[in-house]
Amino acid sequence: MFWEQLLNGLTLGSTYALIALGYTMVYGIVQLINFAHGEIYMFGAFAGLFLVSFCGVNIVLALLGAMAFCMLLGMLIERIAYRPLRGKSSRLSALISAIGVSIFLSTLMVLLAETNTRRYPDVVPNHSFHLGSLDFSLMQIIILLFSAVLMVGLQLMVQKTRIGKAMRACSQDLDAAYLMGINVNRVISFTFAVGSALAAAGGVMVAIYYNAVWPYMGTMAGLKAFSAAVLGGIGSIPGAMIGGLSLGVLEIMGVAYLSSSYKDAIAFGILILVLLIRPQGLLGQKISKKV
Amino acid sequence: MPVLSLENISQEFGGLRALDAVNIDVAELAIFGIIGPNGAGKTTLFNIITGFYVPTEGSLIFQGRNVNGVATHSIARLGIARTFQNIRLFNKLSVLDNVRIGCHGVSKCGFFSSLLGLPAMLREEKQIKEEAVRLLALVGLYEKRQEYAENLAYGEQRKLEIARALALKPSLLLLDEPAAGMNTGEKAELMDLIREIRQDMKITILLVEHDMNLVMNICERIAVLDYGRKIAEGSPFEIKSDERVIQSYLGAGA
Repeated sequence: MFWEQLLNGLTLGSTYALIALGYTMVYGIVQLINFAHGEIYMFGAFAGLFLVSFCGVNIVLALLGAMAFCMLLGMLIERIAYRPLRGKSSRLSALISAIGVSIFLSTLMVLLAETNTRRYPDVVPNHSFHLGSLDFSLMQIIILLFSAVLMVGLQLMVQKTRIGKAMRACSQDLDAAYLMGINVNRVISFTFAVGSALAAAGGVMVAIYYNAVWPYMGTMAGLKAFSAAVLGGIGSIPGAMIGGLSLGVLEIMGVAYLSSSYKDAIAFGILILVLLIRPQGLLGQKISKKV
Repeated sequence: MPVLSLENISQEFGGLRALDAVNIDVAELAIFGIIGPNGAGKTTLFNIITGFYVPTEGSLIFQGRNVNGVATHSIARLGIARTFQNIRLFNKLSVLDNVRIGCHGVSKCGFFSSLLGLPAMLREEKQIKEEAVRLLALVGLYEKRQEYAENLAYGEQRKLEIARALALKPSLLLLDEPAAGMNTGEKAELMDLIREIRQDMKITILLVEHDMNLVMNICERIAVLDYGRKIAEGSPFEIKSDERVIQSYLGAGA
């Protein structure tokens, strides 16, 4: 029972982690909580569904297609809704703009697809495996493995490549990055693209796993992933991964051993506790303001 | 032809006139000093030259080209590099990576080849590493190349800022109070380093500094700012004997 729940928790947690990464990367560079991020996740789920149902492509291509679509969507949102405000107005304006984009996107999807819940056709065989007393499904394995691949890939990119170094430089000192000839706008754009692609991957996989796609699916997922990012330490990439996984496990354990009605209360209870006890999160750094 | 010309530069912040019709020409391969009391507009001037501010009036000519309103990162790529009065390194990157970032700014390989690790890019990356190592050796930080920048001593961080700026292969280097917080020995080393940079790398130097000894020693030409106006310009000797400068800045005893 415990191990099975742990596996369920890790599955849920890795999807939180995928979404949380987008929050944390964007925050790390421009100090903006991108409230439209949950809607990008939702758009990813719909884009995958559209590709599978209407274009008849296989699920792998649909997943990649949804990621590519959301990359563009993420960059477009940044270009239209955030960049014009950057540097010219307070951070609060960008935050309000993000909330506006979030409402716009979910409403747009209601217009396009109506509010009823849709489901993916059977794209992944409903296979279950047994390992001793442990029961798990093929989709769980796919979620765990693909999330792991994406996260390792992201870490390699951030640590090893030139654009990764530029991202880290921008997150440490934006002005100095400009003076080093880094095209900061392009780095920010790239950050949105990567974060959005990860969210889209999460969206497609969750939609298949839970058999549900609907226009407001991004709201709760976004809030949970945001809590996960804060739990791990907002701005920290390993933090978002650990935060996402821990939140998923805690939530599932709460459901299993307490009551399923506490599911959401657990996530947000943790958010409140973190903010009270360790506001910098698990891996975040405490910044003492110079006075 | 001067490397850099500031023509009638004025900068206003709200009602405050931080710079008022300043004209300065910096000759090629000069070591040019800007001095003045706190709040005279020295750092504002640096921020205009590097494109952080677009001046309210006047134009900024770099190598014969008007660069008013050119984006900061493009100005850096055109060949103007700077250091900061309050050190602004990438603290969580290694000393070597701090310098490498500067090299990347002016490198040729595009974004996708860097992501894919194409052969041309790998070759370039090797050259960049050699270049970064050479610059670190120049400022005497080779041994510390693997440390986090934040773990360096204060004077070393100043030197790292210079190495990082040189990585952009600039033709003009702006130093904002490079000697702040240095002891006498370090200041002497710094003066040697600045002369070496001009001599060996053919870079024009423009510096803001409060240490009069250093300024008078290495600058061939000095401009004095006071309340946003240029009140004098000339050789160190001329500046030392200028009535207005003595009154407003150097003090009666100088």
